[in-house]
Amino acid sequence: MAGNVLDFEKPIADLESKISEMKKYEDNLDIKEEISRLEEKVFKLKQNIYNDLTRWQRVQLARHPERPYTLDYIFMMTKDFVELHGDRLYRDDKAIVGGFATLDEYKVMIIGQQKGRDTKSNLYRNFGMANPEGYRKALRLMKLAEKFNKPIITLIDTPGAYPGLEAEQNGQAEAIARNLFEMSLLKVPVIVVIIGEGASGGALGIGVGDRILMLENTWYSVISPESCSSILWRSWEYKEQAAEALKLTAKDLLEFRLIDRIVPEPLGGAHKDHKTTAETLKQVLKEELAGLVKLKSDKLVQSRLEKFSRMGVYEE
Amino acid sequence: MGWFKRSKQKISPESQKRDIPDGQWVKCNDCGEIIHNKQLEINLWVCHKCNYHFRIGADEYVSILMDDNSFKETDKKMKSGDPLVFEDTKKYKDRINSTIKKSGLYDAVKTGTGKINGIKVSFACMDFRFIGGSMGSVVGEKIARAIDRAYNNRMPMVIVSQSGGARMMEAAFSLMQMAKTSSRLARLSEAKLPYISILTDPTTGGTTASYAMLGDVNIAEPNALIGFAGPRVIKETIGKDLPEGFQRSEFLQEHGFIDIISERKDLKNKLAQVLTYMS
Ligand SMILES: [Zn+2]
Repeated sequence: MAGNVLDFEKPIADLESKISEMKKYEDNLDIKEEISRLEEKVFKLKQNIYNDLTRWQRVQLARHPERPYTLDYIFMMTKDFVELHGDRLYRDDKAIVGGFATLDEYKVMIIGQQKGRDTKSNLYRNFGMANPEGYRKALRLMKLAEKFNKPIITLIDTPGAYPGLEAEQNGQAEAIARNLFEMSLLKVPVIVVIIGEGASGGALGIGVGDRILMLENTWYSVISPESCSSILWRSWEYKEQAAEALKLTAKDLLEFRLIDRIVPEPLGGAHKDHKTTAETLKQVLKEELAGLVKLKSDKLVQSRLEKFSRMGVYEE
Repeated sequence: MGWFKRSKQKISPESQKRDIPDGQWVKCNDCGEIIHNKQLEINLWVCHKCNYHFRIGADEYVSILMDDNSFKETDKKMKSGDPLVFEDTKKYKDRINSTIKKSGLYDAVKTGTGKINGIKVSFACMDFRFIGGSMGSVVGEKIARAIDRAYNNRMPMVIVSQSGGARMMEAAFSLMQMAKTSSRLARLSEAKLPYISILTDPTTGGTTASYAMLGDVNIAEPNALIGFAGPRVIKETIGKDLPEGFQRSEFLQEHGFIDIISERKDLKNKLAQVLTYMS
């Protein structure tokens, strides 16, 4: 646990561990009083820290190793999940998972990038960085959903599409491009949620939809702050400045109207309370689905096209 | 072919800046041959000795691919709105303005309509000289409008790509241009109208991962660098040297992503030939 405390979380973590230590002596009235005083203090401290996070701190929260990942959300929000494998062309990419699931009254297709929790599972999941096969598997599942008129939910959490030799050889660019093309034509509702990191084309490759949502402490941009720093500042040291310049948080993207909605996280971030986060997301998804399933498919496709058409700022 | 008679579509001196320096003589980047500027131009900026294709701008491609005086440019002065008020070591606004001054271009793509051997097309051509041919809001919007022009007038769409990818200084806006252009191409395809993608050196990143790879037919110039990730990033990732010819046109054709590799001098006729089958 201690290894996973971010710098700005430390004052909170220190107080919390002090409180839990003191709880052993809770019988003592003086100590009990002190505990409730400290709990009040922690709450205020949290409010101060989390209402005033820098963009880089949000990026750190988005990458927190204890954050819920795609399969966590699937298991917390849905039941009867049937995972489906493979792109029917080459292999099964473990960095993208997907399948049918039941979200209360809705039967849906749910697809997302999957990170690992430790070295072994991260190697298995390729750190959530998909190869072309992953994007092709995702597309296959989306087409399957379309065939049986099931809404699609995609959960985005990736540091990027995998920049490997085989990935290039097997058409990483073509796989992503094809998904953008095909997703824009899907005749069923598509809801996209950024649940962690939304890095570039690797994120967008499953990110064309009717409603685009971001969890509160996530980021979505064309490049990571580190890579941006290394290219524009010619050094890895300017990641904080790069994060500021890229304006990559949920709040920024909502202001730019590039996303539709922010899904709030519990105070302290999603990693502090998986259950509440998943419950909130589930309610939001149900609200969105209720509106979208009423729409006719041609209307859906047309407004999806118009949605992305509006994105861009230029002078004439 | 009347490509050297270009009366109206004159080539600005800046348009040769990228690969071809000012002065009468040019050294081939590949074989080192010293070539006279005029000779190079007559040879469509291809080395007569080793066939190296010099990187050229959008004006040159217009002169090579469009019938004489048929090209009518659209949205010429569309300019970036700098939505993020982006600043790195330099303000993006200043970068744009100085690039406009230096290159005579307003952004990294030229769009319009014209004729290819008499076939009327909607045409877009990127230009590497404008911030590495990067795709931001202007490139996305101009290409989207060009595709709409093809859709509304039932014309084929031709896009020449030459780009380092999405433009960092417009961050998420740049990213969304990939979806914007690809969804327009999807609509064009549903209407059974042809789209030909021409990939030139270099075509990488978000450009490749959107419209450049989506042609009904993909045509590449020889030995062009085409990929998603840049070679340096891949090399760092795998910790090994990359094989000879990796991410070049011929490699992509071998792996199934390019239909035709065409030398610059054959490009126009090849394009026209393909289009005759697609109406
Ligand atoms: Zn040469």
